[in-house]
Amino acid sequence: MNLTTETAKQWLLAAGRDMQENKGYLSELDQAIGDGDHGHNMARGFAEVEKKIASKTYDDVGGVVKDASMTIISKVGGAAGPLYGTAFLKASGVWKGKAEVSDEEFAEGLKAAIDGIAQRGKSEQGQKTMLDVWIPVLQEAEKGNIEAEQLAQTAKEAMEKTEGIEAKKGRAAYLGERSIGHLDPGAYSSYLLFEALVEAIEAGGEANG
Amino acid sequence: MAKVSTVVVSHSRQLADGVIELINQTKQEDVIVIAAGGTEDGGIGTSPDLISEALKKADNPAGTVVLFDLGSALMNTEMALDMLDELEGEVVIADAPIVEGAYVSVVEAGMGKALKEVQESVEKAKKWNKKT
Ligand SMILES: Nc1ncnc2c1ncn2[C@@H]1O[C@H](COP(=O)(O)OP(=O)(O)OP(=O)(O)O)[C@@H](O)[C@H]1O
Ligand SMILES: [Mg+2]
Repeated sequence: MNLTTETAKQWLLAAGRDMQENKGYLSELDQAIGDGDHGHNMARGFAEVEKKIASKTYDDVGGVVKDASMTIISKVGGAAGPLYGTAFLKASGVWKGKAEVSDEEFAEGLKAAIDGIAQRGKSEQGQKTMLDVWIPVLQEAEKGNIEAEQLAQTAKEAMEKTEGIEAKKGRAAYLGERSIGHLDPGAYSSYLLFEALVEAIEAGGEANG
Repeated sequence: MAKVSTVVVSHSRQLADGVIELINQTKQEDVIVIAAGGTEDGGIGTSPDLISEALKKADNPAGTVVLFDLGSALMNTEMALDMLDELEGEVVIADAPIVEGAYVSVVEAGMGKALKEVQESVEKAKKWNKKT
């Protein structure tokens, strides 16, 4: 996978469009097992990310991802703010100073992001959260020779599996067993994020070829 | 002598302000209590930036007790603490209901108690039996 600084920027912008497009659906998912604000939170946060990064030029992947992280921390509002914000902040540390990240470095960034989420959320895999998508995606990425489509496919399957899990963290945990049978909203937005990576890589490929 | 400050973090600006309003009736003048409620645009949620501002306003050598309501209120308080530069006083996050906790916090602070003592009393409010 060829993740240049420009592709990383396009990734974040595409993620913003996807969050905007799926705002209603994400909030619907959150309505079922939370407070119904996840779509609103993500769309608002990523709209601010677009404002921040769209017309700025960056020299490294870490730079653009760091700007996004700070904006997400400030603007998202719900639990997703500190969680995605910390994830991007940790990844940006690994990608700092790199105009392009290798597959190995990409996986390292994901790993740092996941450690950040787990630390911030005091959470782990299997609790019906975004981690249930991020961790399988990391495992896929660590195999090397990364294909964005494959990561997105892994994310999709992992997201679908959250339906059968009982929530142990976040608002949905108050529902206990009644959270089973619903997709986790944060897992869905995480799937959208990896779906956006495919869009960005494809667009980058076309621009170069 | 500086007295322990209190910060109330809530998803709702009105709720946080309301707790302060209630507590102001009881607290001594030299005890600081600050609200950090809602998002920056006044919506429901929590904002690390607003929490940081509140922590800076409350900061004093005796330290600050933070009370929080639900979910992301804790995460965003921890986020704010990670991002803040050195404060004069130590900050502790107390696990307690915000109304009772804030009440105990300002009363004990008024008595000139140290941060850890205030925190301990505040956290006891979690087990209050209010009906007997
Ligand atoms: N402790 C946690 N660890 C990892 N992920 C979490 C945790 N808590 C919540 N999440 C994720 O965040 C998503 C909810 O995000 P959302 O923006 O709706 O926050 P919220 O729960 O409404 O926040 P708030 O606590 O402010 O009400 C969940 O679907 C879940 O994936
Ligand atoms: Mg929510």
